[in-house]
Amino acid sequence: MAGQLTRRQLIGTLGGVGGAALAAGFVPVAFPEAVAAEPQTKQRQWAMVIDLRKCDGCKKCTEACQTTHHLPQTFEWIKVFEMKDKTGAQYFMPRPCMQCENAPCLRVCPVAATFRESDGVVLVDQERCIGCRMCMAACPYGARYFNYTDPPVAQNPFGHPTPEFPVPQIKGTVGKCMFCVHRTADGELPACVQACGMKALYIGDLVEDVATNGDQTVRLSTFIQENDAFRYKEELGTGPRVYYIAGHGQLLDY
Amino acid sequence: MDRRTHDRYVERAMWPIGRGDRFFWIAVVVLGALVVAGLGAWVYQIKNGLWVTGLNQKVSWGFYIINCVFFIGMSYGGAMTSAILRLTNAKWRAPLTRLAEATAVAALLVGAVYPLIDMGRPDRFFNILAYAQVGSPVVWDVVAISTYMVASIVFLYLPLIPDLAITRDSLHKSKLAPIYRVLALGWKGTPGQERSLARGVGIMAILIIPLAVSVHSVLAWLFAVTARGGWHSTIFAPLFVLAAMLSGVAAVILVIAAFRKVYGLQEFITARHFRYLSYLMIALGAGYLYFMVSEYLTEGYLADQATAPLLEQIFVGTYSPAFWGFTIVGLVFPLVLAAIPGRYAIARACSASLLVIGGMWLKRFLIVVPGMAEPVMPWDWGRYAPSWVEIAITLGSAAAIPLILILFFRFFPVMSVHEMEEVEGGAPEPRGVVLMPTLAEGAGK
Repeated sequence: MAGQLTRRQLIGTLGGVGGAALAAGFVPVAFPEAVAAEPQTKQRQWAMVIDLRKCDGCKKCTEACQTTHHLPQTFEWIKVFEMKDKTGAQYFMPRPCMQCENAPCLRVCPVAATFRESDGVVLVDQERCIGCRMCMAACPYGARYFNYTDPPVAQNPFGHPTPEFPVPQIKGTVGKCMFCVHRTADGELPACVQACGMKALYIGDLVEDVATNGDQTVRLSTFIQENDAFRYKEELGTGPRVYYIAGHGQLLDY
Repeated sequence: MDRRTHDRYVERAMWPIGRGDRFFWIAVVVLGALVVAGLGAWVYQIKNGLWVTGLNQKVSWGFYIINCVFFIGMSYGGAMTSAILRLTNAKWRAPLTRLAEATAVAALLVGAVYPLIDMGRPDRFFNILAYAQVGSPVVWDVVAISTYMVASIVFLYLPLIPDLAITRDSLHKSKLAPIYRVLALGWKGTPGQERSLARGVGIMAILIIPLAVSVHSVLAWLFAVTARGGWHSTIFAPLFVLAAMLSGVAAVILVIAAFRKVYGLQEFITARHFRYLSYLMIALGAGYLYFMVSEYLTEGYLADQATAPLLEQIFVGTYSPAFWGFTIVGLVFPLVLAAIPGRYAIARACSASLLVIGGMWLKRFLIVVPGMAEPVMPWDWGRYAPSWVEIAITLGSAAAIPLILILFFRFFPVMSVHEMEEVEGGAPEPRGVVLMPTLAEGAGK
C-alpha cells in the first residue's frame, strides 16, 4: 500500500489546485466554466472505496451531505444501512450513488437530463428533468430522490443550480449524489469523505490509481484487490464505481 | 333486411343527433361534474406539486401510471374488436363497429393524458421532443401512443365519412350542416370513392393491430426493462397486450349495452352480438390466465431473491386480497359467468365485463404498486395510499370516457349506416335527399 503521499499532495494532484489555496482555508466551490478553462493534465475517473470494517454507522456522512447540498433530512443521498451478515452479526453500509458505468437511470432518461461526465460521474440536469421518475424505477440502489416539495431555502453563489452543484434542488425533479464534483474539481474531498470520523470512505481516481480517506492515501487497485473488495449488486451488470470492503467493525476499538 | 327495417336502422342510428332529452342532460351534468372535479384536482396538483399525491420516495409511481396503462389498454379492445370484425368480414358487425371505434378513441384520449398528469414538471413536456433519447422507454411510449392515437382517430373517421354525407344531406337546414359538409369530404358514394374507402379502411384495420400491440408492448417495457423483481419479466409485453384486449372487449360490451338501452337499438344489437363478444372475452381471459400462470409459476418455482418476497406479499401478504379478488372475482368467475349458455346473455355479459374491468384495474395495481414497494435496498417495504387528489382525478377521468362518447354521438350516427348497407348488399331503394323530415327539423334547435 502506498501511504507515502500526504493528504495535501494528493489533493493538490487530484484537483489541479495548489495546496496554497487550501492552506489559506479558502474552499472554492465548483464553477463549471472556470473548471473547464483550467488546463487539466489528466482525465480523472472518480471512484469510491468504502471500508465496512471501519464504518460505525454514525451517519455523519449523511449529515454532511445534507448540509452541503441543502437537503431535507429525508434526502439521504448517502444512506447508511444497518446490515446483518450470514452469521447475524451487524454492520453498517453507507450507500452513495454508485456512479454506474452502465447506469440504468441514464439509459432510461427520456431527455438526457441524467448524463455522464467525462470523469465518470453521473449528473442530473435539474433544469431539463421532466420529473417522470423512470430513473427511480430503474435504479437498483434506490439512490435517487424526487423533490416532491420545495427544498429548504439555500444560497447558491451562482444564482441557479447546475448539474455539478445542484443547490437548491428544483421541485418536481430528481436528484442524487454526484460525488461532490463541485468539491473534487477544486481538490477538496467530497463532503461525506471529509466528514467521516472513522475514515471509512475513500475517494479515488482510477486513472491515477490512488484513493484517499483524508488521512491515508492508498494505491486504489492494490487496496481493493488485497482487501477482496466487492461491488454491490455487481451481477446486474451496472458497473458500479463504488467498492466495498466487507466487514463488521473489526477495525473498531470496541 | 327489408325496406322498413332499413329505415328504422337509419332512424335509430341518426336519432340521437342534435337531440337532448332529460337522460342526456342528467348524464352530461353528472359526468361533467365528475370531470370538472377531476380537472380541479389536477389544477390543484399542478399548483402545489406532486406532494399532494400519496407518492413517496419508495413508491414513486402509483394511480397515474396504473390509470395510464388501464385506459390505454381499454382503448385497444375497441380498436381490435372492430379491426377483427372487419378483417374476418363478420356480417354482424355493422351496428357495433362505430361504438367500438369511438370507445377506442375516447379511452385513448383519457389514457394519453396520464403521463402528463404523472410528470413532476408537466411544463417541460416538450423537452421529450426537444431532447428525445431513443434509448428511453418513456420516449418509446410517447412515440407509440401518439402514432396509435392518430391511427385510431383515422380508424374512427374513415368509416364515418359516408355517414357524415348522409348526415349532411339529412341536416341540410341545420346550422351544423357546413361542418358535416366539410367533414364528409364531398362523399357521393361513387364507385371510385367506395373503392378508395374500402381500401383505406382495410389498411387501417390491418395497421391498427400492430400499432396497438406496439403501444402495449412499450408500456410493458417501461416496467420490464428495470431490474425490479416483479417487473423484469420477458412475458410482460404479451401479457400487457392480452390484458389490454381483455379489458377493452369488456369495455366495448358495456358501452354497446348502455347505448343499446338508452338509444333504443335493441332491434339491431341483439343477444347474439353480446354472445359473440363474450366468446371473444372468454378466449382472451383464458389466454390471460394462462400467461399469468406461466409468469407466476416460472418465477415462484425458482423463488429467487428478487421475486420471492414480492410473490409472497402478493399471494399471502399485504396484497393478497387484491390478488385473489382479481383472480377469482375479476377473472375466473366472470369468464364462467359469460360462458354459461342460456338466458340473460346480455345481463351476464355486462356483469362479467364490469367485473373484468375492475379486475384488470386491480391487476395493473398489483403490477405497479407492489413492484415499486418491494425493497431494492435493505429497507422496509414501501407504503402507498392514494390521496384525494389521485382519487378525484381517477374518477374524473373514468367519467370522461362516457361523457366523450355521449357528446360524440350527439353529433355523429351511433351505428354505421353505410356499413349496414354494405353488409346487406346496398340500400333497398335509392335514398331520398331528406331521410327523416322530423330529424331535420329537430336538429339545430
